[in-house]
Amino acid sequence: MKWQMLFAALLLCASAQAVAASLQIQHAWIRWLPGDLPAAGYAIVANTSNKPARLLGADSPDYGGVMLHQSFKQDGTERMQMVVGIDIPAHGRITLAPGGYHLMLMHAKHPIAPGDRVHLNLHFSGDQTVGVDVAVRPANASSD
Amino acid sequence: MSRFFSLIFAAAMTLALSACGGAKPEWQLSDVRGHLPDLQFNLIDDNGKPVDASHFAGKINLMYFGYTHCPDVCPLTLTHLHVVLQRLGAQADQVHVLFVSVDPARDTPALLHQYVTAFDPRVTGLTGTPAQIAAIAKRYRAAFNRDAVKSDGSYDVSHSSGIYVFDGDGHARLIATSADSIDEIVHDLHILLGMSR
Repeated sequence: MKWQMLFAALLLCASAQAVAASLQIQHAWIRWLPGDLPAAGYAIVANTSNKPARLLGADSPDYGGVMLHQSFKQDGTERMQMVVGIDIPAHGRITLAPGGYHLMLMHAKHPIAPGDRVHLNLHFSGDQTVGVDVAVRPANASSD
Repeated sequence: MSRFFSLIFAAAMTLALSACGGAKPEWQLSDVRGHLPDLQFNLIDDNGKPVDASHFAGKINLMYFGYTHCPDVCPLTLTHLHVVLQRLGAQADQVHVLFVSVDPARDTPALLHQYVTAFDPRVTGLTGTPAQIAAIAKRYRAAFNRDAVKSDGSYDVSHSSGIYVFDGDGHARLIATSADSIDEIVHDLHILLGMSR
């Protein structure tokens, strides 16, 4: 009985890991801005599983707040809006890139400079969280 | 009948224009010559000094409206303009970038200075009173609008996306949008630089 419990626990643990590994964060970076100005974070999120997933938001130990945002153009005007979630199809990916979806990072908790690394936790549907260390690049960095 | 005459008139106008203008440059950006007023403003630069357009005369000026609490699109545009200046090499001495704030309430000269110089030292940030900002935006038909204030007191400002290109005499010549590539901007600046030589 004890062994069965242990086996079951190991199985559970393994499946939880598989879920986490099915969402991969690639090419993550932050565009540094001076002072207490909000900065933008970018990444590619790949879903390697057979099931669709949804990015719901993020937080960071290095920033007071993180919001999921989208820039878009309407009648020749640049606009920004909050986004409640971005669907990621099974075996698909979403791209957070300049001029589109991005994370808006607000109120840095300590001085941050280009060359630093900060931590982001991305939250997904199904109570999944994936952490990633992110490079802080200069304000005038070009995209990947 | 009147349609016939207007067609004739249009054809005659086209001929007359092509005759007096010589070969038309193959612009890749939007040609706005004669459709927008010359470069003219009274604003405060990012060193806190009152400036007008005469301060920037003799150079090609690229003017863009934005604000510092803009983490995504404004940095993307300013980074593009930084790369444009790099690509122009020594000729970049003849080109200047003006970043006009549409958020004068938050954009102090000091904050603007930190922001624009993070992209390129050849960018000048311009701010002013709300009335001064409204005047320059109206002059160039650049719409901007402060969105609703969020729970933390911050707000976004939607703003016109065009990059206005003025020649060394201060005449409005071209408009680039975010859809235009760095290559296209560099291409047209080379033509404009060649004309002013």
